[in-house]
Amino acid sequence: MIYLDNSATTIPDPSVIESFQKTTEKFFANPSSIHQLGGATEKLLHAAKQQAASLLQVEPNEIIFTSGGTEGNNIAIKGIALEHQNRGKHIITTATEHPSVDEACHSLESLGFEVTVLPVDEEGRVHVNDVKEAIRNDTILVSVMHVNNELGTIQPIEEIGKLLSNYPKLYFHVDAVQSLGKVPLDIQRSRIDLCSFSGHKIHGLKGTGILYVNKQTSLFPLFHGGGQENGLRSGTENVAGAVSMGRALRLIKEKQQNETSHLQLMHDFLWEKLENMDGVQINSPKNGAPHILNLSVPRIKPEVMIHMLGKKGIYISTKSACSSKEKDESKVLAACGLPREIAVSGLRISLSYNNTQEEMERFVVSLEEAIHEFKEVLR
Amino acid sequence: MQYDHILIRYGEMALKGKNIRSFIQALQENLQVKLKDFQNAKVKRTQGRMFVLLNGHEPEPIIEICRKVFGIHSLSLAFKVENDIEKIKEATLEALKKANARTFKVAAKRVDKNFPYGSQEMNQILGEHLLVNTEDYTVDVHEPDVEIKVEVRLEATYITSENISGAGGLPVGTAGKSLLLLSGGIDSPVAGYLAMKRGVQLEAIHFHSPPYTSERARQKVLDLTKKLVGYGKSIKVHIVPFTKLQQEIFREIPDSYAMTSMRRMMFKIAEAVCKQENILSLTTGENLGQVASQTMESMHTINEVTNYPVIRPLVAMDKAEVVDISKEIDTYDISILPYEDCCTIFVPKSPKTKPRRDKINAMEARHDFRPSIEEAIAGIETIHVTAKSKETEFEDLL
Repeated sequence: MIYLDNSATTIPDPSVIESFQKTTEKFFANPSSIHQLGGATEKLLHAAKQQAASLLQVEPNEIIFTSGGTEGNNIAIKGIALEHQNRGKHIITTATEHPSVDEACHSLESLGFEVTVLPVDEEGRVHVNDVKEAIRNDTILVSVMHVNNELGTIQPIEEIGKLLSNYPKLYFHVDAVQSLGKVPLDIQRSRIDLCSFSGHKIHGLKGTGILYVNKQTSLFPLFHGGGQENGLRSGTENVAGAVSMGRALRLIKEKQQNETSHLQLMHDFLWEKLENMDGVQINSPKNGAPHILNLSVPRIKPEVMIHMLGKKGIYISTKSACSSKEKDESKVLAACGLPREIAVSGLRISLSYNNTQEEMERFVVSLEEAIHEFKEVLR
Repeated sequence: MQYDHILIRYGEMALKGKNIRSFIQALQENLQVKLKDFQNAKVKRTQGRMFVLLNGHEPEPIIEICRKVFGIHSLSLAFKVENDIEKIKEATLEALKKANARTFKVAAKRVDKNFPYGSQEMNQILGEHLLVNTEDYTVDVHEPDVEIKVEVRLEATYITSENISGAGGLPVGTAGKSLLLLSGGIDSPVAGYLAMKRGVQLEAIHFHSPPYTSERARQKVLDLTKKLVGYGKSIKVHIVPFTKLQQEIFREIPDSYAMTSMRRMMFKIAEAVCKQENILSLTTGENLGQVASQTMESMHTINEVTNYPVIRPLVAMDKAEVVDISKEIDTYDISILPYEDCCTIFVPKSPKTKPRRDKINAMEARHDFRPSIEEAIAGIETIHVTAKSKETEFEDLL
């Protein structure tokens, strides 16, 4: 098997599964229970939080354990909107966000909020100047993703953060699900108030994630109850999930430190081969994230291509897995102004540190074969 | 162009006459310890100034650490360039661009009199250079957003912009050692912090009464200590097993005096630890009039058992001021965690607010507490809390 759909989800690391299982067995107590078992479990949860905080270079009380990216994005966006609506009801986001940001923003329109969706250029990049021009007196939130899930485009988060530091009342949310462990992001320097991360994109488990909430940022909670997680996410904590997230985060950060060039080399190899391959068009920007490469093979239905490669044990995807249930063109590719023919035939290759150069070579050969077979049929 | 220096200014240390050398020495050592993780960063002294040479490290995390080191009045990011007008121009422009400002002022100072341009002349040359090469910036000599200081010294020229305020005070360690009675509440960590600010190196003592107080209460004290370590060096915490003695007190001493007696026993044990550890004073979070044990009569009665100086940094503060500091030093959220501590259990129904020395002495004379006091002292567990002391307990899971 050659698994190249790591932006949809990754293969869980065995040691992460082990940590989840051990924690579940040994630290099953409710961390809020007063007895010794509860105390030990609470201590472990706290240690997980501390570890996550130090890896993300933030403070432990700024870490909220969530069930993943979608939850983090919803807590952040709706939480800001509901908490600060008396200050204004205008939200700014971009045309290439993940549905969990996009839909969360638009859901607020029925409550009287207005959403400005910023355009992107042909590489999927939003421009700081557009953000600046969209800001109004009643703007309370700007939500921009760090790395686009379909194209790998890196948004100018630090520049936007710098701009937003001139608007101290405005909150800045960043969906960093795709960039975690792969593209550096300095939360402090980028003046980010809220930042979502997901566990299963970094060889962790589904149902785990982190939302960073700056300690000066107040949110209206979506879940009320026992006041867990600083009152932002009531409900008995998923301690095993949090611990496994802590470990997955540590492992990916270690890889990020030592193996970034490995990702980049595989990426550059693919780029060079695909660029020269007949009938293939690369949609990703060259200076994008090192783990995502989007391409189109016009005239060949992407589903057919996926199944063909699947037969050879190679797994890639069409647009983002979360949107692929809707038919038609990729919203992201369309937003970049790509013609419909390209936008409906997008294929995404997404890498992990665990992929090898040899797999890249085999993939290139298989893709070439597949295209060749089609050409025979179509002629 | 990256900032390559952090300029450190000492505050009141400059007033310390002949001792100044040892104070500066201590500050330099404290900074070096704090910045150990930044392998290339160096703390240097030249001609009455202290610098952190960044040598490629990002300045922000280093500044954050420096801001917690006592003895620093303020700090600034600085460029160091050769005494060459073109290089100075370039660095000045860079400093302006990095500052979050719209209006500026240049203040040049020529120490090296061989440098061909005078201070006034420099102000003009540099001001003009900045205006020509930027947009949207204006000069404001009275209330600028940022004042860019250019100092031409013999060895080099330093260009700094913003002044970042430091923690003030005196370098930790220059005022000797004190033993902090650390309960886990809001007051005692603040008292410890304020003592540290005056250069005191702390050790801490905590009275632990399992099963009346839990593992969480003990952990809380270690977590609080860790926050204090952020402002100084590592701190030894002496955990005293207090259950037996406490039970004995509440059995033998009438209810209204039990609290007073308990505090006296704590002071006795604390003094014994001081003797063992060569510590010359106690520090407490006591504050006049807050609770029963903190009336003038109470202090008078409790203090009878030791002739060691007791430093009470909070004695004249309002509760609100103490809370403000605890929030500032990040101990508040830990302090308010609702675990029982040795002062909240066994609370008598009506503690004496005006206890008397003669009465308590008579009561305590009826029972020999010494064996239990000695047992408590013998059972002390000492824990070193360092900036690094990370939990290793869960390593197999995390």
